[in-house]
Amino acid sequence: MQQSFFFQAMIYLAAAVVMVPIAKRLGLGSVLGYLVAGVIIGPAGLKFIGMEGQDIMHFAEFGVVMMLFVIGLELEPSRLWRMRKNIAGLGGLQVGVTTLLVAGIAMLLDVGWKEALALGMIIAMSSTAIVMQTLNEKGWLKTIAGQSSFAVLLFQDLAIIPMLALFPLLADHTGVADGHGAGGSLVSALPAWQQTIVVLLSVSAIVLTGKYLLRPVFRMMARTGLREMFTATALLLVVGIAVLMTSVGLSPALGAFVAGVVLANSEYRHELESSIDPFKGLLLGLFFISVGSSIDFSLVTSKPLLIIGLVAGLMLLKMAILFVLGKIFQVRNAQNFIFSIGLSQIGEFAFVLLSFSVQQGVLGKEVSDTMTAVVAISMAMTPLAMMVNEKFILTRFCLVSAGLQTAQRPSDVEEEDNPVIIAGYGHFGNIVGRFLRANGVEATVLDNDSDNVDFLRRIGLKVYYGDATRYELLDIAGAGRAQMIIIAISDEEKRLELIETVKKHFPHLHMLVRSTNRNDAYDLMNAGMMHIYRETFDTSLRLGVDALKLLGHRAHEATRMAKTFFVHDERTLKHLSRIRNDEEYIHAAREHMEELEMIMQADREAVHLNALAGWDRKAETETA
Amino acid sequence: MSKVLIQFAHPTHSKSNVQKTLEKYARKVKGVTFNDLYEHYPDLFIDVKREQELLAKHDIVIFQHPFYWYSSPPILKQWQDLVLEYNWAYGPKGHALKGKKIFNAVSCGGGRDAYSASGYNRFPVGQYLLPFDQTAHLCRMDYLPPFVVHETYTIEDYTLKACGEQYAELLDALVNDRIDPAKLAGIEYLNELFPH
Repeated sequence: MQQSFFFQAMIYLAAAVVMVPIAKRLGLGSVLGYLVAGVIIGPAGLKFIGMEGQDIMHFAEFGVVMMLFVIGLELEPSRLWRMRKNIAGLGGLQVGVTTLLVAGIAMLLDVGWKEALALGMIIAMSSTAIVMQTLNEKGWLKTIAGQSSFAVLLFQDLAIIPMLALFPLLADHTGVADGHGAGGSLVSALPAWQQTIVVLLSVSAIVLTGKYLLRPVFRMMARTGLREMFTATALLLVVGIAVLMTSVGLSPALGAFVAGVVLANSEYRHELESSIDPFKGLLLGLFFISVGSSIDFSLVTSKPLLIIGLVAGLMLLKMAILFVLGKIFQVRNAQNFIFSIGLSQIGEFAFVLLSFSVQQGVLGKEVSDTMTAVVAISMAMTPLAMMVNEKFILTRFCLVSAGLQTAQRPSDVEEEDNPVIIAGYGHFGNIVGRFLRANGVEATVLDNDSDNVDFLRRIGLKVYYGDATRYELLDIAGAGRAQMIIIAISDEEKRLELIETVKKHFPHLHMLVRSTNRNDAYDLMNAGMMHIYRETFDTSLRLGVDALKLLGHRAHEATRMAKTFFVHDERTLKHLSRIRNDEEYIHAAREHMEELEMIMQADREAVHLNALAGWDRKAETETA
Repeated sequence: MSKVLIQFAHPTHSKSNVQKTLEKYARKVKGVTFNDLYEHYPDLFIDVKREQELLAKHDIVIFQHPFYWYSSPPILKQWQDLVLEYNWAYGPKGHALKGKKIFNAVSCGGGRDAYSASGYNRFPVGQYLLPFDQTAHLCRMDYLPPFVVHETYTIEDYTLKACGEQYAELLDALVNDRIDPAKLAGIEYLNELFPH
């Protein structure tokens, strides 16, 4: 089929634009939407794209690189260090055990040991793209399951490197030219020790550049005031790392991750993230579409039992291994289900390893084709499996493990007539809930951290597991009869989503909303919220009062100052939120500085004068 | 020996002149407990139990405060409303304060002349303090005449110093039971017992 670039772009974009919202609407998540879009436009469907889907997939894998960069940005080095046990232990065991078990089974089925070992390694991989995207969408990244999944995925990324080095050794014949896959590189001609030195040098180059060179560069770019220059710099950074890493034979994703971690403490972190994010999202989408389109349905229809059997068998095997490891590493109950089901697919690295192993002559063409179909289908099954898990296993699990076998209905409509619904019961929501409870006000609590729900249920609180942004859950929780909803979720986007849901379906509810900071408060104001509570504002002021007291100020006067400051700041916030709308084009970093300056100037003018006026200012008459 | 408790109320202490001086002298007198209400309860959330225990331990209570709008700053009203509980301070079983002495030590912007039938404040200070007087009466306490510093906005340093010394003398006499009840009958201000 002769197609121009624009025609192709149109097909891909149209497929995504049509399918993703439908999938979201049906509660299936965006990943499945992209995959289905791929199937529809692919050779098995409307035939808009043929086998070039494979090439596009290689291009789109760059989305995974960007994703790891963004993940790195959100992960400070200290947190990474704290996760070391999980990464090495959980991740190492998952890769090791899965590889060996799969290889063992393959050998029992009369596959040569070299081939079996290669298959084992390929199958041990999970899909960073699908898992992270899904966890993120559900707001689970910070749960134990999310953290454990991430640890395993990170180890797998690391494991790619030795695997690529190992594959040529597994080949039956020697003298094959380097492949052009992720393994082919400028340095592969060098002896091993020199390769090692080059690799170490490149990683330290990334770390040093990130630490010392990038900050001034970004500052310069920010000063130009041209948003696109910042975006270009950010892209250049990620692409540059990918090129460097590929040329020394390392995984580009890993390099990007390291660079992200190095920049995690920098002031440009959010700016970088928001620059890369749309590219990342689109490329990942493209990647999923090409996975969908690459499923070879003719192969599936010719050997349906073999393919289905392989998909089911391998996923169950991986799941079982993960579940046992999860138990050993104390990922409890429901979290363990999220963890083991989430990682049960075979990931995108398998495609790389498969094509590489064919080049190296480790695997035959037929095996590789079958496996490609198995991998793609297993990836497509993941969102479905997670949905089934969430809808049926998790809800039941949370109730059962709380010792409520008799009350297995997820909703108890009669009882849920509480006037208050609290969405999110972390450290913020839990204080609100305790306070209300102490005053005899019962609240229905929704939380999407199943571990937390499990614990709260065990201590006798009526807590519902689930994503509060979903209409059905709100309905079950009695939103139709409640008076107010307290939105105490920590995730900013989830909060906005929930607000939209409430506005649409339960307009009678008062919404009291937690906000992270000023910027977030602006967004909430623009969403029409009246009751906004900045989570650190009151506490910071309280600390300020105590600081003044220790400096010898009078307690009552400092308290009044704080109150005045509070009122004043809330007013400034409202004022600036209006201005901000007109000036959204201003570069965010500069905007932030200008704003801070404005705030501080307003503080100087207003606060001090107001706080103590009145008391004994108008002397004679008032105080007689 | 009597124990004296000063219940001090000043919301803008840092801007005060007269009250700060009185405080300075009062804090030096042995046997006097100085309870700074706004400092203890900056948001007017009063610890009732602590306050009642303080009252129980002392024999003489002084409300020391600037004379805001012919009365005390708001925390003293809050204090009375919360601390003087039924059947503790008053009522059939309320004998906790019985026989204790109490009076106000105030600073007024206006001069003594202003607080007279012909002055712009029309009534004497004592009349404005009637609610305190009656509260004390209901709590079975002895209400004494007030200690007053006038013209706080124009007061000269040496006059203020004299007032401080006078206040200290009064407190010392109260602690050591040197006040003759008979002498209280004819006076308007306690200041008159210690002429300078």
